[in-house]
Amino acid sequence: MLYIFCPHCGLRSQNEFAYGGDATVKRPELNKEISDKDWDNFVYLRKSPRGKHLELWHHISGCRQWIKVERDTSTHEIFKTYKADELTE
Amino acid sequence: MSQDFRLDKIGMVNRNKKISFTFNGKKYFGYEGDTIASALIANGVHLVGRSFKYHRPRGFFGVGVDEPYAILQLERNNERDPNIRATEQEIFEGLEVKSVNCWPSVNFDIGAINNFLKMFFPAGFYYKTFMWPPSFWYKIYEPFIRMAAGFGEASIKHDKERYEHKYEYCDLLITGSGPSGLASAYAAAKNGARVILAEDKPRYGGSLLTSDVNIGNQTGIEWSEKIITELKSMSNVIVKNRSQVFGYYDHNMLVMSERISDHLPKTQKYLPKQRLWYIRAKEVLISSGSIERPLVFGNNDTPGVMLSSAAKEYMKVYGVLVGKKPLIFTNNDSGYETAIEFKKNGVNPLILDTRKEPSSDIISEAKNLGIEIKFSYVVVAAKGYKKVKSADIAKISDNKKDLSNIENIECDCICVSGFWTPSIHLASQSGNKSEFNEKIDAFIPKKSKQKENTIGSANGKFTLEETINEAFEKGYEVSNKITENNNKVSIPTVVEKKSTEHDKFWCVPLPKGKSYKRFLDFQNDVAVTDIELALREGFRSIEHVKRYTTLGMATDQGKTSNLNGLQLVSDIENKVVPQVGHTTFRPPYTPVSIGAIVGREVGKHSKPTRKSPMHEWHEKNNAIFVDAGVWLRPRYYKQGNETLFEASKREAKNVRKNVGVCDVTTLGKIDVKGPDAAEFLNRVYTNAWLKLPVGKARYGVMLREDGIVMDDGTTTRISENHYHMTTTTAQAANVLSHLEYYLQLVWPELNVNVVSTTEQWAGAAIAGPNSRALLMKLFPNTDVSNEGLPFMGYKEADLFGFPAKIYRISFSGELAYEVNVESDYGNFMWEKIIEVGKEFQIQPYGTEALSTLRIEMGHVAASELDGRTIPHDASLEGLVSKKKDFIGKRSLSRSAFIKPDREKIVGVVPLDKTTSIPEGSYIVKDPKAKLPNPKLGHVSASCWSVEYDNPFSLAIIKDGKNMIGQKLFAMSPLKNKTIPVEIVSSHYVDPEGKRVRA
Repeated sequence: MLYIFCPHCGLRSQNEFAYGGDATVKRPELNKEISDKDWDNFVYLRKSPRGKHLELWHHISGCRQWIKVERDTSTHEIFKTYKADELTE
Repeated sequence: MSQDFRLDKIGMVNRNKKISFTFNGKKYFGYEGDTIASALIANGVHLVGRSFKYHRPRGFFGVGVDEPYAILQLERNNERDPNIRATEQEIFEGLEVKSVNCWPSVNFDIGAINNFLKMFFPAGFYYKTFMWPPSFWYKIYEPFIRMAAGFGEASIKHDKERYEHKYEYCDLLITGSGPSGLASAYAAAKNGARVILAEDKPRYGGSLLTSDVNIGNQTGIEWSEKIITELKSMSNVIVKNRSQVFGYYDHNMLVMSERISDHLPKTQKYLPKQRLWYIRAKEVLISSGSIERPLVFGNNDTPGVMLSSAAKEYMKVYGVLVGKKPLIFTNNDSGYETAIEFKKNGVNPLILDTRKEPSSDIISEAKNLGIEIKFSYVVVAAKGYKKVKSADIAKISDNKKDLSNIENIECDCICVSGFWTPSIHLASQSGNKSEFNEKIDAFIPKKSKQKENTIGSANGKFTLEETINEAFEKGYEVSNKITENNNKVSIPTVVEKKSTEHDKFWCVPLPKGKSYKRFLDFQNDVAVTDIELALREGFRSIEHVKRYTTLGMATDQGKTSNLNGLQLVSDIENKVVPQVGHTTFRPPYTPVSIGAIVGREVGKHSKPTRKSPMHEWHEKNNAIFVDAGVWLRPRYYKQGNETLFEASKREAKNVRKNVGVCDVTTLGKIDVKGPDAAEFLNRVYTNAWLKLPVGKARYGVMLREDGIVMDDGTTTRISENHYHMTTTTAQAANVLSHLEYYLQLVWPELNVNVVSTTEQWAGAAIAGPNSRALLMKLFPNTDVSNEGLPFMGYKEADLFGFPAKIYRISFSGELAYEVNVESDYGNFMWEKIIEVGKEFQIQPYGTEALSTLRIEMGHVAASELDGRTIPHDASLEGLVSKKKDFIGKRSLSRSAFIKPDREKIVGVVPLDKTTSIPEGSYIVKDPKAKLPNPKLGHVSASCWSVEYDNPFSLAIIKDGKNMIGQKLFAMSPLKNKTIPVEIVSSHYVDPEGKRVRA
């Protein structure tokens, strides 16, 4: 079970969190033309890298904040965590 | 029955407490502190089971977790418990155990015929045999395999025992209380670290319990008792026996199962049977010791053949002799310790040492005691079927290839020692890649992956002096890192006998003309020939060999078999063991009860049960409840002998005719506040929200980004910057997470806050033509007329002195209101509604009537919004704004969503107006078409229309809007029904929506 540092609450066990997927995806802006292909990429296509990955976690049984977690998907090492609005390196 | 094999003067069992138990229906006696194994051996019983594949007789091989085959089934308080190691389970008064994997009895087992058919059961037997024809699988192969497979049967009854989970955090977790565990725990605890010391056995001390050593001028046992007593008295230390740390997971999370009541006749009050500890440790010291390695020879699985360390422990801990004519077969000095112990207890052993001319303190001691030793000698094969009766022994040549002077000698047990294998399972689970140590012919942990260190014999340190020194050092070093204290305790001096080198010999060659089975893996019946065959058939990777032959699998996880298997593979392949590598050790290290894993989250505790504030009233008024998510909701209120069908019809009819009241507390409620709330709702919902005035509610639909409907509900503007959102009961949590996602990550510039208020409000839906009259009586000071409180209006009012909120919204299609009060007043509100409503013939209605009412109105719910439908499919396209953008809008223009014959919701009425259509039925054109019948769609919800008194269903079918008026068929292969139906509008009752606006 992972031990995740929530920037708002401190170290907390994984079972307090819900996984939220790839944190690098950016939603297309509202009211802007977008091609079928670009939209499909946004809705369906996700990278699943082996190694370092920036992901979203929702501290659902805690402060209810969405946070970004930089994690190695093969070793589970967590390098850094960020608040939702914090700039990632 | 007398215990012929019990020694009088030795052992740690409590001789003052005799305990009786039954094994395979026969009564035996043992003493408090005995395991099933020690008590049975004391009674001369060695045959306890049959082997997995060949059903060969099986006895005891080890003395603890190392035991590969004395696995029994236990009965306790009428509960069955399979997979119990006889060497670990302590006896208690009235214990009942029986053998597994044998029929009709362990003494006469029909399956043993497999032993004589063994040429037909080679490695990969299952893969090779049960292949063709495929049709044989269900009727012949699978039942056969099922009958043959497994150790014991799981209980099919509900387990009434209680299991608990515990979370613990510590500086240092130490796994094993042998010399290294004790020393490191002591050093770390004295340096201020918060320590957990776990021991899987009932007694602390590990190898100190059985070895003849001195530590700091005390015997090993005295020293360990002193250390444990002191550790127990320290407030920063938790010491646990009967506790196995069985798994090492990510981020230094380890899991330990504590067997609290397994050794007791009955679980004590207020105590669980077992407790599962989730331990998050800053550092871990693995001091799990080592397991003696078997030597491989003919029939080495015969009952009576066992590890020499086990024989010694049976004597020293339990006061039990495993035999009276023992043969010790060893390639190192450890066997001598066992021989000396036999001799001290008046039994004359014979030692066969594979080495040519070894010399050491301990060998001299054995010689001086007059023990007979044969050097360069091996056991060729054990003789005897259900118990060792004799052994063929032989002189072995210096190159260890040729046997000579084969003779048969009498013996009743063969104690084998093939040197020691460090237990590196936990280190391996943590991700530590091990390295092969040539000196000890075994793998030891290498570089730490997580915050773990392995110490003592688990780290290949086989002298006590090295172990103690290393453990004190590590305990200090690790604790210093955490606490930054510098309290170092002095390291005691150690006195032990010096050993000499072991012999790398491990497998006795077969004599000419003999084909004895020589077993490597005792639990899974894997013999030398099986591995040879696997390699001949081309399996190379050790992981493939493992799976093909089952070597090192199952509950044993290769504890005794692993290294010998690797030796054999590397011998055949002409490689060295490190090139072959070892298979992955997987948790759990020892079997764990499913109950312990599940803990308290079982039955009704598997999820929380939420009840509305009116729950007690519903109970008192004969409500029959149904699970709605985690909530309990009244399904119907039973009157007399009514069935569900009759009651729901009565309740629904009463809503259409008079007035009904339904508990809607369970609806999700979310407060949306902030200056940008309107803009936010405008982006979340498909319809327009910017112009909703204060005091008005609006129905809204929200989508996922892929265009699929996520949820629907009404949201009311309470004040300028405050909205009250409702969601469906089931989606409440998801919707909140969804809103938080967009507010925190996508549009952080919007100044809006959301919070769940589901539990803050109790809700009652009052529906029916009499509802306004009732409301006028409930709120005499509030104008609830059609003008004062129009459809989709909202008002705050006073309910007999308590603040209430009235929303004029309707799910039933009737004139209806939802009244909310703070949860604490929910029951008061409900009772008042019932009391005042009497004169208007009010009746409470449950979810079944609620469904009937919404289905015949064509209102969609979860069965239509099932994660596959877009607004169009549910006839909600009128709510999709063309002007503004919102979540999921772009997806709605994808080609599949705009094709002209897209599915749409319709109503379905059986032509005979009497046959109900099963939910899930297919709608088809031709019921006789060739299967699979091309379906147009499916029936999503069915009810008995109380308006027209005939069955009515909703269906989502292809090109639904052009199908109205067509005669089709509803087919339910499940219920084997084909019903001719007519497609009608989904708005079956009041299609213009006059009633809600009345």
